[in-house]
Amino acid sequence: MTQQPPFVTLEGVTRQWDGRGGVRDVSLAVPEGAFVSILGPSGCGKSTLLRLISGLEMPDAGRVRIGGRDVTGLPPADRGLSMVFQSYALFPHLSVRENILFGMRVRRVPRATRAHKLAEAVAMLGLEGLEGRKPAALSGGQRQRVALARAVVSGHPLCLMDEPLSNLDAKLRHSVRRDIKALQRRLGLTLVYVTHDQTEAMSLSTHVVLMRDGQVEQIATPRALYAAPVSTFAAEFIGDPPMAIVEGAALGRPGALVGLRPEHLALAPAGAAHLTGTLREVEYMGAETHLIVAHPAGRGLIVSVPGHAAWQPGQQIGLSLPEEHRVLFDAQTGRARERPAPGSRGHPAPVAPSP
Amino acid sequence: MSDPHRLRRRAQAIHGWLLLTPALAMLTTFAFYPTVATFWASLFSRGTRRRPTEFVGLENYQRLFDDPTFWLVAKNNLLYAGVTIPVSILLALAMALWANAKIPARSFVRTAYFTPTVLPMIAAANLWLFFYTPGFGVLDQIGALFGAASVNWLGQPETALWAVCVVTIWKEAGFFMIFYLAALQTIPPDLREAAQIEGASRLAYTRRIVLPLLMPTTLFILVNAMINSVKLIDHLFILTKGGPSDASKLILYYIWENAFAFFDAPAAAAMTVLMLAVLGALAAFQFFVIDRRTHYR
Ligand SMILES: Nc1ncnc2c1ncn2[C@@H]1O[C@H](COP(=O)(O)OP(=O)(O)O)[C@@H](O)[C@H]1O
Ligand SMILES: [Mg+2]
Repeated sequence: MTQQPPFVTLEGVTRQWDGRGGVRDVSLAVPEGAFVSILGPSGCGKSTLLRLISGLEMPDAGRVRIGGRDVTGLPPADRGLSMVFQSYALFPHLSVRENILFGMRVRRVPRATRAHKLAEAVAMLGLEGLEGRKPAALSGGQRQRVALARAVVSGHPLCLMDEPLSNLDAKLRHSVRRDIKALQRRLGLTLVYVTHDQTEAMSLSTHVVLMRDGQVEQIATPRALYAAPVSTFAAEFIGDPPMAIVEGAALGRPGALVGLRPEHLALAPAGAAHLTGTLREVEYMGAETHLIVAHPAGRGLIVSVPGHAAWQPGQQIGLSLPEEHRVLFDAQTGRARERPAPGSRGHPAPVAPSP
Repeated sequence: MSDPHRLRRRAQAIHGWLLLTPALAMLTTFAFYPTVATFWASLFSRGTRRRPTEFVGLENYQRLFDDPTFWLVAKNNLLYAGVTIPVSILLALAMALWANAKIPARSFVRTAYFTPTVLPMIAAANLWLFFYTPGFGVLDQIGALFGAASVNWLGQPETALWAVCVVTIWKEAGFFMIFYLAALQTIPPDLREAAQIEGASRLAYTRRIVLPLLMPTTLFILVNAMINSVKLIDHLFILTKGGPSDASKLILYYIWENAFAFFDAPAAAAMTVLMLAVLGALAAFQFFVIDRRTHYR
């Protein structure tokens, strides 16, 4: 992967309220045309980070750069970006057409340009025939598309989205997800996308910024994040089901925590097993069956076996944890100790915090 | 053979009417009947001991149209409405926008603006009497600091009505502000941020987003202000009693005078009917014209 010059840069950005919440000392570089997800549990500062980029929030410390320009003190309108809100923030008294045109109207864009761009955006998002409707007369998915249209019609190279899919039902979420990705590719947008859903982040983005308690935990490509989590937090946040963690002592590695992705966890005959646990639950998923195993030294031990498995809860079950797929974490700090064996390692993160 | 659907529908209709009955009875007793009775009374002559009342048709109205005081009072009321309605609404809007912004001591500001509303009109009028009094009133005292001559605001025909208007505006603006404030708080902050990102200035945001979203509230306030401009005359009793030389007399005060000071009930009734007709026309205009153009959430 070639290293592009960063388009959006955050340098040691801090924004807190009475020393609490918000984000602390966040540094990050987003290449042009990248699809970057900001991922993390609720309340970890994702929205705050996005609002700092947009200029809706001003940092207590640190700098924000967009397109090589220091925009730290600039109001949102002067930063050349568009934003899609979680609530869509459509103007309820304006029609779809007027909602999409709002920005161009206040910026006094000539009428001919407006009409042309409106037609383009309406066609791109499949809103034909809805131009005259008020937001209240639209379905959730349609409102979402109006919000997207309003964002893309501005033609700004940077687009920010704050959990844009969280108000849609599961089925719609999948299709809109693909639409957003296609839109981003087609327009060459640099997209910063906030989500708490790791599947969304992993499937959409070129880079993932994983956050925890207002700080960046890890910045990596989805692949690297999956294969080489820097901490048990990252390991257990990513993946469905997430990484299993076993105390090292149980595996002859005292002082360490051993992590293993569920697909590498396998059933083993009693003699060859690294661990023997009790089967807690059997979840039949159709194509596979999840066996949830309880062991005093481990958490998240889930083995998937193909098809239907004739196991009963309460049975003793032997597990093998192949050495080459183990990720080691420090038991005290929870940080990754060693890189996993070559072969399973992902690419080094192309988006690294700038010094 | 009875159709069960028909029976059910009839039962529902009966239920509906039963539910409406209490309100209907109250309205009939206290609104519809008095209206009709007033109209009826306006068609009869004033009875004296020697000449009993008799049906005179529209003669009372004719008498009213020939009465210069009636025209003066009508003109006064128009001016009073024309001044107090827009000024108090604009002031209320400005105060609400300000009190809704992030300012220090916000709740103090809100309370301060709202205080006049809590006072009874009579108390407010007494307060302003103290402001207006020539010589030792607050206005004169302040004027004296700058070397201005004493002004008898309530005592001269040129200023009396305006002084009354000021009291009304002072009293009403805070009340209307509360409605605007409540409406402003229902506007999600996202909208402001979305507008900000689109490049809208504060003014553009206020004009294109806030004001249209406040339209239902404005309409509600407008109706209230219109009703009050006819109804709210308590302060006249304290401040001017309609004087000097009828300069600050409003219609309702004149109706009261006719009915209870001059004992000319038919004239009062005729005036009341005219007033109701005007108010009805305004309500119809509001309902059929302005309402259609307003966005309700
Ligand atoms: N305006 C604010 N005032 C005070 N605290 C805030 C404000 N905005 C966010 N916070 C706090 O900052 C933290 C991060 O919030 P947010 O960025 O919204 O989280 P996320 O979007 O990841 O769920 C939360 O603990 C929240 O309470
Ligand atoms: Mg959020």
